[in-house]
Amino acid sequence: MNEKIAALKASFEQELAQVADMAGLEALRVSYLGKKGKMTEALKGMGNMSVEERKTIGAQTNELKNEITVALAQKLEAMKAAELQKEIDELPEFDVSMPANMDRGSYHPITLVQRQCEQVFRTMGFHLEDYAEIVTDYECFESLNIPKFHPARDMQDTYYLDNGQLLKTQTSAAQNAIYRKYRDDLVNNGVPIKAVFPGRCFRNEATDACHENTFFQMEGMMVDKNISISNLIYFMKTMLSEVFRKDIKVRLRPGFFPFVEPGFELDISCLICGGEGCPSCKHSGWLELCPCGMIHPEVLKAGGIDPEEYTGFAFGLGLTRLAMMQYGVKDIRDLNSGNLTRLSQFTDDE
Amino acid sequence: MYISMNWIQEFVDLSGIDLMALIHQFSLSTAEVENEIFQKGADLSGVVVAEIKSVEEHPESKKLHLLKVDCGEADLVDVVCGAPNVRVGMKTAFAKLGAQLGEITIAPRKLAGYTSHGMCCSEKELGLSDNNDGILDITEDVAVGTDVKDLWQIDDIIFEVDNKSLTNRPDLWGHYGIAREFAALAKRPLKPMEMVDLAQYKDLPAIDMKIEDPLCQRYSCLTVENITRNVAPMNMRIRLYYCGMRAINLLADLTNYLMLEMGQPMHAFDSRKVEKIRIKRFNAPFTFQTLDKVERAIDENTLMICNGDKPVAIAGIMGGFDSEIVEDTTSLTLESATFNAASIRKSTVRLTHRTDASARYEKSLDPEMTVPAIARFVKLLQDADAGMRVTSCLTDERAFTYPQVTLDFDKKFVDRYTGIEISDEHIVSTLTALGFVVRQDGDKVSVDVPSWRATKDVTIKADIIEEITRIYGYDNFDIHTAEAPLYPVREHVEKTTENKVKDILVKRYGLHEVHSYIWQYSDEYKKLGIEVEDNIRLLGAANPNIEVIRRSIVPTQLVQVKGNTAYAPSFGIFEVGRVADGVDENGLAKEYKKLCITLFSKVEDVQTLYFKLRDMLAVTVDDLKHKPLTWVKAEASHSWEHPKNLNAIVCDGVTLGTIGVAHPVVGKKIDKKAAIVFAEIDIDALAQVGAERIKYVEPSRFPGMEQDLTFMAETYAPIAKAIEAANSALIQKVSVVGTYTDEGGKSITVRLFFSHNERTLTRDEVQAVVDRIVTDLESKGILIKK
Repeated sequence: MNEKIAALKASFEQELAQVADMAGLEALRVSYLGKKGKMTEALKGMGNMSVEERKTIGAQTNELKNEITVALAQKLEAMKAAELQKEIDELPEFDVSMPANMDRGSYHPITLVQRQCEQVFRTMGFHLEDYAEIVTDYECFESLNIPKFHPARDMQDTYYLDNGQLLKTQTSAAQNAIYRKYRDDLVNNGVPIKAVFPGRCFRNEATDACHENTFFQMEGMMVDKNISISNLIYFMKTMLSEVFRKDIKVRLRPGFFPFVEPGFELDISCLICGGEGCPSCKHSGWLELCPCGMIHPEVLKAGGIDPEEYTGFAFGLGLTRLAMMQYGVKDIRDLNSGNLTRLSQFTDDE
Repeated sequence: MYISMNWIQEFVDLSGIDLMALIHQFSLSTAEVENEIFQKGADLSGVVVAEIKSVEEHPESKKLHLLKVDCGEADLVDVVCGAPNVRVGMKTAFAKLGAQLGEITIAPRKLAGYTSHGMCCSEKELGLSDNNDGILDITEDVAVGTDVKDLWQIDDIIFEVDNKSLTNRPDLWGHYGIAREFAALAKRPLKPMEMVDLAQYKDLPAIDMKIEDPLCQRYSCLTVENITRNVAPMNMRIRLYYCGMRAINLLADLTNYLMLEMGQPMHAFDSRKVEKIRIKRFNAPFTFQTLDKVERAIDENTLMICNGDKPVAIAGIMGGFDSEIVEDTTSLTLESATFNAASIRKSTVRLTHRTDASARYEKSLDPEMTVPAIARFVKLLQDADAGMRVTSCLTDERAFTYPQVTLDFDKKFVDRYTGIEISDEHIVSTLTALGFVVRQDGDKVSVDVPSWRATKDVTIKADIIEEITRIYGYDNFDIHTAEAPLYPVREHVEKTTENKVKDILVKRYGLHEVHSYIWQYSDEYKKLGIEVEDNIRLLGAANPNIEVIRRSIVPTQLVQVKGNTAYAPSFGIFEVGRVADGVDENGLAKEYKKLCITLFSKVEDVQTLYFKLRDMLAVTVDDLKHKPLTWVKAEASHSWEHPKNLNAIVCDGVTLGTIGVAHPVVGKKIDKKAAIVFAEIDIDALAQVGAERIKYVEPSRFPGMEQDLTFMAETYAPIAKAIEAANSALIQKVSVVGTYTDEGGKSITVRLFFSHNERTLTRDEVQAVVDRIVTDLESKGILIKK
């Protein structure tokens, strides 16, 4: 090998070994292979050489050029790989054992149980209605066949207002308005009245862990030409099985409410023990859940519906009680407390 | 009310029937039975009648006696007894060795050196009364060795009926009415009650009695004398005790017994004190001493039983102290009456005094019961004290008669109402068993309602359905769904709006839903410096802090924020609830459903928080309606509102509510350093805003141009206006990229993005729009920042 070329090769190898980064590598490439690089330089003296010599040196030069090119490319690959590895190495292992941040909003538990119930009724074709909280004596009592001297009307039970109205004591206060709203469609077009109406109710009483002056109920009703007690039991059983998401046994006992006849207390098989008997059902296997009954003819009449032609059933679910049962809330006052330590736990429950 | 199955079985033969199952059926068909059913006498055995043959004083104890007792066995038994009333020849109840008294088993026991081989028992020890004064003194002519259970009705099943489930059934406030239900359920006949024939006294003198007030429906009375016995028969006392009453004396026990048997309250007066019975009200209030020695204030609405003008009893509630039967009473006047139920109820409320009698009268008792009750009373009295004599004829006056209720219906009505097939036979037999008189003519049925069900309980056809079905048994119903045509049920926009708003606030913004009360809480408001605002007021609330309905949810929510300051450095709560804003021209409450949101932060400044809330509202409304909100400066009018930055929230020209900052006085009381902002909107008004559809804009395929402009401006509003006024279809998007304040004043940088759907824009056409905007703003004194 030509001495010069041999020297170039040696110096290149030495310099290549010292390259620290990509910029250095590029500079090395330019300094050997660039237009004015050392290789070009080395060939400059070739004019004085014999053809044989030129051939030999030319070939040697080209060989070195190729060697340099390959060496540079290999070095570049190695540097890229090292850089990628470095990037990979630099990403730390995450500590996934750290607790998750579960911050998020929450629904009021009443909203959750109300939605669960509404969902059931929606699928069964019931209208979801809403109603005022301040109502008239007619709406809350008279139209519901509650006589003038009935204890339910007593001051100590009802919040009467100075304008002659009152805070509704029961969701039934919406019944009359709902009959009137849908009556024409029933009579003229044969569309059955099917509605549920959740609402906030009020009783003038002292509060403690089990008593609230403000609580939620959800009432429902269905009116058509041939609605029967058999239908009532069927609907209650079906709806409650849907609400509780398991097959529920129901039983009816006579119960007296002025706005239904016959009226019933509906019990369901205990949700905890399934009817075997346990402390939460006082070992009876049954839980008293909701009053229901066939709508009293006078109530239908007050709603503009002829009781000789139409019959219907109505029922009332205690949403507050349902929420407390569902989530094990022990103190009813928590629900209206606005206490976020308690209420923020009800994130969602579809 | 406690019910004795022995008593029931006096009126209906239930032999061979599982009584516990029947009671369960009663609970499902008639009235709720409490869970605990008592098997009286079950824990008592080995107690016999024994005669005390000898009594010796115990040598070392003043109290104890050493007895020899004949309990019907070969040898006399040595007994040590501490009762004060022991005497030779006395027959008593004796618990033999091995006898069971509740949890105690009798075994030989050493008492002060002597062994007792059994125990003489008091009534209390046998569970027959609370009397523990001495051992039983058995006067009945009965052989020693007889088991006391063969002597008296100690074994019994007692259950409690929930009184609340009897409110509409006046006929069930006595055993006879309950027995009628058992008879119907068991399909066994109901026996008639044994009574004397009162007609035999018709020639005796009448009592001077007159109803002077129609609140008394019927008044029946009779006088008797020569009652020498003072103690009621043992079986009667046991029943009273098992049913929760204390035995007092023969007459008191008999009136109580009769009340528990027939549901008819009765009263016995000393005849000397009621020579001229008048039933009336007084024009002026006065005080009256009842037999419990309490002075009670009587007003002009309270019906009184009087001797002439002197009151002797509060009608239907309680007798007077002065006319009570006393030691030297020889003749007594029995009262059996009915009164207007509502009047009795109101009187008990006024007097705050409820009695067993008034509880029954409140239920509208059957006036046809007064005379049979007397006939029954006399029979029971005769049985207990054969020497008694009736000294008057039945004196009876009616001021009110319930009409005979007759109901007509046909089989089709029953089928339609029940939805199942119930046989004619069941219908007729059930109604007949319950005392209805049934006439059947093909499919048509006509029933006469018995008087004891006709005072308010059974008045319409639907009531008959209940009678038929409850005895049929709801558990026996074949259940099926309703057949009804199908129609789409569209959800109401108010409902969907409320649901979506809640979802957005919870899911997107992480807010917490709360509930608060509908009234203003004056004590809590005061602590926060919030004034209670005049509005519709509550009358007679149990809690003095709640007097006025709220006009806004904001202050009730601020109270809740105050309670949560330690919950987290930043949080937001919301409520969908109701408020009232005075009354309308008809005097009815103007009630509104509102959404109220409050944000609280100890880390964000008030402006950041305010904008967070503002953007939250804008996005929520845009999600629901695809319409923008605008903000109009408003004047603060409530004590919780900061005078600045209160803005009305307007959508589509409708003012939905306001957004604002908590007043510093209120805010500081909640937290010294935190920022608090609130917004309240009428959610039903929001629901009513018509919704736009999403307007999709196809992005141009040609490159657009962006231009930033920085104006020296205090507010963005004029810039927005100028951009709008430029009215250029080329402006695709406007955004504010920065605001900056330096010594030169405040500047706002807007970024305009221009594009055209069909071609690439030229610099010149964009510049022309920019120039229009700049010139417009220049004319208003708003200059481009150099």
